[in-house]
Amino acid sequence: MPESTRTPLSPRDRAPAAGTLVPSERLREHLPGVEPERRLNDWGRSERIEGAFDASVVEFFYRYWFRVEVEGIENLPGTGGAMLVSNHSGALPPDAPMIAKAIREEHSHPRPLNITVEHFFKGYPGFSMLIPKIGCVAAHPANVHRLLYDEEQLVLVFPEGRKGTEKLYKDRYRLRRFGRGGFVEAAMRARAPIVPVCVVGAEESAPVFAQLGLFKRITGLLYFPITPTFPHFGLIGMLGYLPAKFKIRFLEPLHFDEEGLHEDKALVQTVAHDVRARIQENLWDMVARRKSVWFG
Amino acid sequence: MTVDSRRILVTGLSTYWGGRLAQALEAFPEVEAVVGVDNEEPQVELERTEYVKVGAQHALLRRVVEAAEIDTVVDTRLVVDSATTSSSKAHENNVIGTMNILAACSGADSPVRKFVFKSSTHFYGCEQDDPAFFDETMGRPHPPRTPIERDIVEAEASVNEFAEKHPDAAVTILRFANVLGPQVRTSHIGLFSLPAVPMILGFDPRYQFVHEDDVVHALEHAVKHALPGVFNVAGDGVLALSEVAGLLGKPYAPIIPPWGTGLAAAALRRVGIRIPPEALAQLRFGRGVDNRRLKATGFHYQHTSREAVLKLGEHLRLHPVVRGAQEPYRYEREVEEFLRWSPHVRNSREKSPRVPQVNGGEPERLAAAEERALEAERIAGRAVERAKAAEEAAAEAERRAIEAARDRASPAGSPVDHYDDLAAEDVIALLGSLERSDLQTLRDYERRNANRSRVLTAIESALTRGETPV
Repeated sequence: MPESTRTPLSPRDRAPAAGTLVPSERLREHLPGVEPERRLNDWGRSERIEGAFDASVVEFFYRYWFRVEVEGIENLPGTGGAMLVSNHSGALPPDAPMIAKAIREEHSHPRPLNITVEHFFKGYPGFSMLIPKIGCVAAHPANVHRLLYDEEQLVLVFPEGRKGTEKLYKDRYRLRRFGRGGFVEAAMRARAPIVPVCVVGAEESAPVFAQLGLFKRITGLLYFPITPTFPHFGLIGMLGYLPAKFKIRFLEPLHFDEEGLHEDKALVQTVAHDVRARIQENLWDMVARRKSVWFG
Repeated sequence: MTVDSRRILVTGLSTYWGGRLAQALEAFPEVEAVVGVDNEEPQVELERTEYVKVGAQHALLRRVVEAAEIDTVVDTRLVVDSATTSSSKAHENNVIGTMNILAACSGADSPVRKFVFKSSTHFYGCEQDDPAFFDETMGRPHPPRTPIERDIVEAEASVNEFAEKHPDAAVTILRFANVLGPQVRTSHIGLFSLPAVPMILGFDPRYQFVHEDDVVHALEHAVKHALPGVFNVAGDGVLALSEVAGLLGKPYAPIIPPWGTGLAAAALRRVGIRIPPEALAQLRFGRGVDNRRLKATGFHYQHTSREAVLKLGEHLRLHPVVRGAQEPYRYEREVEEFLRWSPHVRNSREKSPRVPQVNGGEPERLAAAEERALEAERIAGRAVERAKAAEEAAAEAERRAIEAARDRASPAGSPVDHYDDLAAEDVIALLGSLERSDLQTLRDYERRNANRSRVLTAIESALTRGETPV
């Protein structure tokens, strides 16, 4: 019987002891089955709403507005859990839905992509309702682990997080700090490969000229940017992207097949730096080859 | 099925759970004694459970435990819904009561070898930065915010302390998700009974439910097996609240504003809609738990979250029609004592025998079982008609007859062991190995019970395949 299940009861006990997040192989068999009559899955994702969104807004931006070009899609494994790590930018970031669409359109074995987002969205009315329905999941280590290890799905993370989308136009394509390497730890614990992804074009499509701290506090939003269309065209102005040419490059995956790698903090940091360096190098390479921001 | 617990004490006998569990435990011949304690009288009819009235604080419990040589204590009395009682009474019951019960079980010479504690997933709370699925190893991300959550955390802490001091006793904590079912009353069922399901504007929280029968079965499971540790108990599947409203066939009403929610709840209370603070937090952020650890110990849920909601929906539609048809049970001390102890009682009612399940390859017994099932169906049909004619007394008797007949008939009608536990895929995989007659029985059984269209079409095609000679 599982002796180890005794809970640390202190209410302030934030982080469970190392390794306790890893359920035994045995627990994977006991995942709940799929109920075909349901329209939502257990994460709150709705195929119907996602499909409608995909066929209209995302389709338009992917095909006609950003004219997305994809390379290296074969680096994304067709089965098993995998973590995609990408650079992040734009006031209302267009990069995540474009990566998801690229996988659906270009990959030989298309799969749904789970996009990790800040906990903020769960607490903000409206977002809280919509965000999970289109495939976004809160960026909690336990969520990432369950998706990667137990459910063997694709997870997209942005280690830059808010620092990436907050940054101004003058800092474009300069990666921020990659968190504390939590994403590498999660991938190693789940023994899932990391696939670095570079996105060029998102920075120019939604340039942020300034951040207004006062309005951020008043509205309770994550940040309050000044873009070509926001705030003077209202919330819909958030979707007012400029038609920059998008290029997405999937890099070769990093594999972590050994068990217990995540306990080596030095290794975690090294890998995090390595992933960051590879994305940065490729971004500069892609920007250098680009002849025009708008035509690629 | 063996139970190593022989002498069982159930606290909270007057609560729905205490009563149901005592009824279930009575049916095991291995169990020598079932003693129920509470400060109120039991609400359900019991056959051999002995009821002992104790004070709310359970101060004298130690004497009962020692005198009866209790080896297993099942503590079902935790208040997990602050709408049912005042917060000071809940605190008295949850914290002081638990402390005293544990004190009664501790000590080097204590006969208690097993302690099962009914807790709640309110232990985890509901916060913005929660994981989508809490597992048993996770603590709360933030300190408790509502009185009831504080009580639950404190009570569990004292149970854990007890477990540490008594390493040879099996201490189980079962954390139940929101319970749904026709018999039980909770604030969430209250909300779902309204003409529209109230929601907070802009939020569609995730909810997980457990059916009342699964609660009793889980408690029973913990008594039957030694399961030290903490286990979440919640049906498979996490539903969005809008999905719940859809399953109940009701519209949802986003009438609670996202800001000033507390004020709105106070205003709603004025008009008779009571939403306790812990439910308000759930209406905003929702909660899902990982139920796999209990499943890994061999426990099977009979209902998923979705099925529990559907069952509740059926009950809510039926309730206004059959209301008041059945007299509630009233405990009468003298009668109960006479039945249990008087030398003049001759034919003490026989314990209802458990019908063994029929295995495949026994056509005669199958046919007999089939007949019995049909008979039960006929009785059921008649009973419904009469109930409509509002003959209250007759209706009650008939309903009992139906229940008894169904109990006998439904397990026997299925040619496959534990058929109800199987998923549709599993059933379809099994079909190839079944005889033609079994297939027909199975088809009828499926039609009567789960009625899954996928299974039915698969059985039909298996039958037609059998007809064409190879």
